Amino acid sequence: MIVLGVALLAACTLIGVYLGDLLGLALGVKANVGGVGIAMILLIAARLWLSRRGKLSKGVQFGVEFWAGMYIPIVVAMAAQQNVVAAVSGGPIVLIAATGSLVLCFGAVALLSRIGHRDPVAASVEHGGSIIGGETDPAASIHPVSPAGRKG
Amino acid sequence: MGLEIWHGIEHVFVEQSLVAAFAVVGALILVSNLAAKRFTNGRVHGSAIAIVLGLVLAYVGGLYTGGKKGLADIPALAGIGLMGGAMLRDFAIVATAFEVDVIEARRAGLLGVLALALGTILPFIVGTLTAVAFGYHDAVSITTIGAGAITYIVGPVTGAAIGADSTVMALSIATGVTKAVMVMVGTPLVARLIGLDNPRSAMAYGGLMGTVSGVAGGLAATDPKLVPYGALTATFHTGIGCLVGPSILFLTVRALVG
Repeated sequence: MIVLGVALLAACTLIGVYLGDLLGLALGVKANVGGVGIAMILLIAARLWLSRRGKLSKGVQFGVEFWAGMYIPIVVAMAAQQNVVAAVSGGPIVLIAATGSLVLCFGAVALLSRIGHRDPVAASVEHGGSIIGGETDPAASIHPVSPAGRKG
Repeated sequence: MGLEIWHGIEHVFVEQSLVAAFAVVGALILVSNLAAKRFTNGRVHGSAIAIVLGLVLAYVGGLYTGGKKGLADIPALAGIGLMGGAMLRDFAIVATAFEVDVIEARRAGLLGVLALALGTILPFIVGTLTAVAFGYHDAVSITTIGAGAITYIVGPVTGAAIGADSTVMALSIATGVTKAVMVMVGTPLVARLIGLDNPRSAMAYGGLMGTVSGVAGGLAATDPKLVPYGALTATFHTGIGCLVGPSILFLTVRALVG
């Protein structure tokens, strides 16, 4: 059932955010610490658990993947409600601090991504991309796991 | 008569705000995809154009209403605020985790932690140096502006905790927002240059850039397959920033400037 997939996603999100709040409280921070990240890990664990027991039905999968496919539209809506006026009229101190940290961090990404060996991107990763990109029919998808599925 | 029809349409948009937002955003993406195909021959992602278009509309909306929430401050488009708000954004981000290749994610775990540390320290140093260069001498103001360069949530949380004044807080938030907007627009432009094309580098990127909205937008505009990996590390970034900002970072700055 589709709603079970949506409910699974909702439950993982709620538990993750709650644990993030608790973690923030324990650390004495007035913020949620990694709630969404914890929720993501819970959902990954739930998927593995369900698929190992053969209980990952198409309905459940569709319920989750629908929302993954809504990711880009939601991000576009998020962009449309940013306080761009404040960003543009921030003045030199804002501009220098933001640009400086951006350039430095981009440089650090370039350095870190060169550490270690570069693997070809797995087929399962490509497949995930097409679902998040909202392109393929999510109900018809299966996660390919065999190493033969890797391409160069 | 024409005015009445217009009012009727506006009424429907106000009443069905979320549904209207789905239709408006869908139309925006449709136009962007066509533009990407026709004018750039598919070299630029349709989603990159849609995000930039969204930012431009947010600017126009902000000028028009004088509010802080871009298009969402226009009553007929208030649904954009719900659709792109933190609740559905986080819900969709969590959903992308369903596509994560566990082996890839686990292999890049340590890299993600390193990126998180650098992603907190590097922007903070740049922010504090800029603040000093512009004549701020007290540890509270310097730390608050530096924290704003981490993300626009870390800035005000840190500022509030150490008692910064409201002008410095506004500056700190503006720095974070500017950074987020620049990450959204800049990422697809530099993606190839910085090697952002695989899950490993996406996890490093998420930890370094931090700002969830910036990373969410930047990766969506670059390559959707990288989204869950970048988001996985980025969502820890703000929490860590809020943890070290008013504590370790503030104490360090205070020890240095006296």
